[in-house]
Amino acid sequence: MPTAFRATFLLGMRAALPFVAMIVPFGALFGVIAAAQGLTLFQALAFSFVVVAGASQFAALQLMQAGAPLLVVILTATAVNLRMAMYSVAMTPHFGKAPFWQRALVAYMLIDQSYLLSAAQFERTPEWTLTEKLGYYFGTVLLLCGLWYLATWFGVAFGSMMPEDMAFDFIVPVTFLAMIAPMILTRAQMAAAAMSAGVALALWWMPYSSGLLLAALAAMATGAAVEIYEERRLG
Amino acid sequence: MADTIQFETWQIWAVILGLGLGTYAIRLSFLGLIGNRPLPPMLLRFLRYTPMAVIPGLVAPAVVWPVATGGEADPARMIAALVTVVVGIVTRKTLWALAAGIATLVLALWLLG
Repeated sequence: MPTAFRATFLLGMRAALPFVAMIVPFGALFGVIAAAQGLTLFQALAFSFVVVAGASQFAALQLMQAGAPLLVVILTATAVNLRMAMYSVAMTPHFGKAPFWQRALVAYMLIDQSYLLSAAQFERTPEWTLTEKLGYYFGTVLLLCGLWYLATWFGVAFGSMMPEDMAFDFIVPVTFLAMIAPMILTRAQMAAAAMSAGVALALWWMPYSSGLLLAALAAMATGAAVEIYEERRLG
Repeated sequence: MADTIQFETWQIWAVILGLGLGTYAIRLSFLGLIGNRPLPPMLLRFLRYTPMAVIPGLVAPAVVWPVATGGEADPARMIAALVTVVVGIVTRKTLWALAAGIATLVLALWLLG
């Protein structure tokens, strides 16, 4: 391992440490809920290995439990991850010169935390080489991904010991609200969230949860529109 | 009453693989193609709001018409949802909001039966 890689790898790992307190409980909670909904240990672990995106994993569980059709489950849960296209765009100038297998690995581990930490760091140290940037990136994310799998496994094991009458049906909605509420910082985000909830309720009668997809589109348009309005107003 | 999923085994695997492939395709999109052309600013604006656009719509019906009560509004669940949102907005900490929400849920279900 080149020294430059190792030095920035350790930097990245240190920067990611505060997120451990977030990844572990959420991974464990995913395991608990998955087990409570009847998924096997292997299926729950496969979820965390293959998808590596907490919010969309919870969304899939929620929609499966609500009995949504297969295609709706896949499309809606995938839509939760559309923001990652933005992360992919942001990382391309930094990793575009790396060989394909390395970019493929970067893509696999492109989560909120690795994107946020790396984008901020590379802005502060634009002189870093490709190797140094790769070191930092994988430093931020290897530990978090490893803990994500482990926590899922722990959650499934622990979940089978949980009391049967826990209100598991409602822990996923509470988890989502806990993820979303601290993110509401701007008027545009508030408007998008309100539009999403409002349209989803109004169109709940529509078949195959198709109202939710319309609600998401309306909410994205609302967020973008409020953002443009605010920019113009502030000049 | 942990409701188990009515999905068949193959359907669960289809969700895992479909969601996994879709998500990986999104992640690899620009990195894989080295698409150095910038995205249109309007598209970026839309993408920025995806979590905020999907998740509240997913949660709202579960809060108002919970599956576990047969779709009947349930005060305990509504109070728990409200506490989660308020604590999340005030503290800006997801873990505090989660802890407060689950504690309220357990307590409210016990008190209100």
